[in-house]
Amino acid sequence: MEAATVSSRAGSKPAPARAWAWLRRNALLIFAGLAVLYMLVPIFVIAVFSFDTGNAQGELDFAWDGFTLEYWQNAFANKAVTESMVTSLELAALATVVSTAIGTLMAMALVRHEFFGRRATNLLIILPLATPEIVIGAALLSMFISYKVSLGFTSLFIAHVMFSISFVVVVVRSRLIGFDRSIEEAAADLGSTPLTTFRTVTLPLLAPGIVGAALLAFALSLDDFVISNFNSGTTVTFPLFIFGASLRGIPVQVNVLATMLFVLTALTIVLVLWQQRKAKEMASVRPEQEGQPAQV
Amino acid sequence: MTKRFGDVVAVDDLSIAFAEGEFFTLLGPSGCGKTTTLRMIAGFEQETAGQVLIDGEDVAGLPPYKRPTNTVFQSYALFPHLSVRDNVAFGLKRKGVDRAETERRVSEELGRVGLAQEANRRPAQLSGGQQQRVALARALVNLPKVLLLDEPLGALDLKLRKGLQVELKRIQREVGITFVYVTHDQEEALTMSDRIAVMNRGRVEQVGDPEQVYDRPATSFVAGFIGVSNLMPGTVASAGARGEVKLDAGVTIKASTDGLSAGARCQAVVRPEKLQVSDPKGRADRKQPSVEGVVESSLYLGTSTQLIVRLPDSVAMTVLVPNADEAERQRLPGGGAKVRLSWAPEHMHLVPVAGPAGGDSSDG
Repeated sequence: MEAATVSSRAGSKPAPARAWAWLRRNALLIFAGLAVLYMLVPIFVIAVFSFDTGNAQGELDFAWDGFTLEYWQNAFANKAVTESMVTSLELAALATVVSTAIGTLMAMALVRHEFFGRRATNLLIILPLATPEIVIGAALLSMFISYKVSLGFTSLFIAHVMFSISFVVVVVRSRLIGFDRSIEEAAADLGSTPLTTFRTVTLPLLAPGIVGAALLAFALSLDDFVISNFNSGTTVTFPLFIFGASLRGIPVQVNVLATMLFVLTALTIVLVLWQQRKAKEMASVRPEQEGQPAQV
Repeated sequence: MTKRFGDVVAVDDLSIAFAEGEFFTLLGPSGCGKTTTLRMIAGFEQETAGQVLIDGEDVAGLPPYKRPTNTVFQSYALFPHLSVRDNVAFGLKRKGVDRAETERRVSEELGRVGLAQEANRRPAQLSGGQQQRVALARALVNLPKVLLLDEPLGALDLKLRKGLQVELKRIQREVGITFVYVTHDQEEALTMSDRIAVMNRGRVEQVGDPEQVYDRPATSFVAGFIGVSNLMPGTVASAGARGEVKLDAGVTIKASTDGLSAGARCQAVVRPEKLQVSDPKGRADRKQPSVEGVVESSLYLGTSTQLIVRLPDSVAMTVLVPNADEAERQRLPGGGAKVRLSWAPEHMHLVPVAGPAGGDSSDG
């Protein structure tokens, strides 16, 4: 009925008015599209330039020189690029495992146990999130120097674990706060020792939060430049390599690897979202209020 | 046993003996200590003083996983990441029961609660009533010496609750396991229990079967908490099995004053459906105690008519007259009419008035 009126009117109205009406109807959509475009264009540029032939040295000159698949076929040909990538991945993996383990245990202590200094710890744990990276980086450097820790992979590892822990704690803590303790009581009631309860009930139910926290830690570590730049010594991570290369000329492979990394990250995020949705379904097991208990 | 949380005494010197295979209910308002009592039996709370004996064995200090009890939680507390079957099998797995035996007992238990079809579903895919059945099966499959139920029907709607009450009672008879059931719903307690302990402020006010608790409440709290009660204050005139009580309403009636001494303040309890309404000008049956008052309101309730009658000492009495006969209902006195309320002597009994000192300590 409405469609009919609209179409009959459409013929009678002048064209500018029709365009205006269309714009008004779709304003939000257009706006959202522009916003998404704004966020994705830089990444898109990287992806596009991973197919560029580059200048004579095979380096980016940020002008379109022609299409080639060469760099995708030889993605790992540039040794310096690949090595820095491997270093970054190793570092991120190690830092993720350690910071996730420490952060998860910290979150459990903070949510479930009453101890001296709990409130203070709860507050302090947020601090690294709010501190500028440049401050953390400089502080870590002076600490490493005064304790005579030689800079390199180890110092990077310590630094990355340090700034990842806060994120892990915050993510896992939020999941723990919504945790129905009676489920653990039920496990104990059914004959589980505390350790079995943790293994068979607590951990599986916390898994979505822990996995989310780990992915976040991994991404943070892989991406970190500022703090790493202070504490890397002679070790070169992927971000450090790109920064160094950009002063001279960036090998096109960098774009290839960056694009690969982006696709990998995007896939991971989809995975996390899917998992979170599953977690939500699981959490909805609590008895929904089917009408208040009637007082008789 | 006693349980204190800091300075708060949640359960005060409570002592109850549960008989094997009985359906026992802890009934009381919220905060009366009934859930704490249950949690002490299960081992989730440690008693401050006293002991919990199961089959003569002191389980005090034992963690929940070493006690021969299982619990059905108010929130069900099902394992959301496990299927219905794995939820029910959880306890048997922990005990190391072999696979075939586990399979058999789980199937049997799911059949008992009518969920054989849903064995492979996740708890989130079930309705509230079904989830409650899973929780019950998960506890029962372990054949506990005592099954503890903490307001298991509290989150369900009225109709579902009625159905599950009957079913719970049937299952309890079938398995013959001692059920200790916590509820604040007096009707639920009366319909399901073999025995009831009425609790208030961490103490047991009365233990008895449903008829005893309803017809012969031991304290004014019990009288007021279970059903509607008419409490007529008075003073014991002479003590003894054939004593006398002078009601504040102005009449003196014969009553057994067991336990009360002459001069003590007391309350005479009569249930609304036990009162008869008659014309004060008519002849009174001398064997039946009676009081006179003025009808304040009359309310049609469908199955019965409710009259509120104000006595001379301004106590309001509730009277329920069954609507058995329409003509009779039409003859009931309306507002402002003077009436006589009478009752059979055996339908009234006296409870002590809890003085400011709180001197009554009737433990079960």
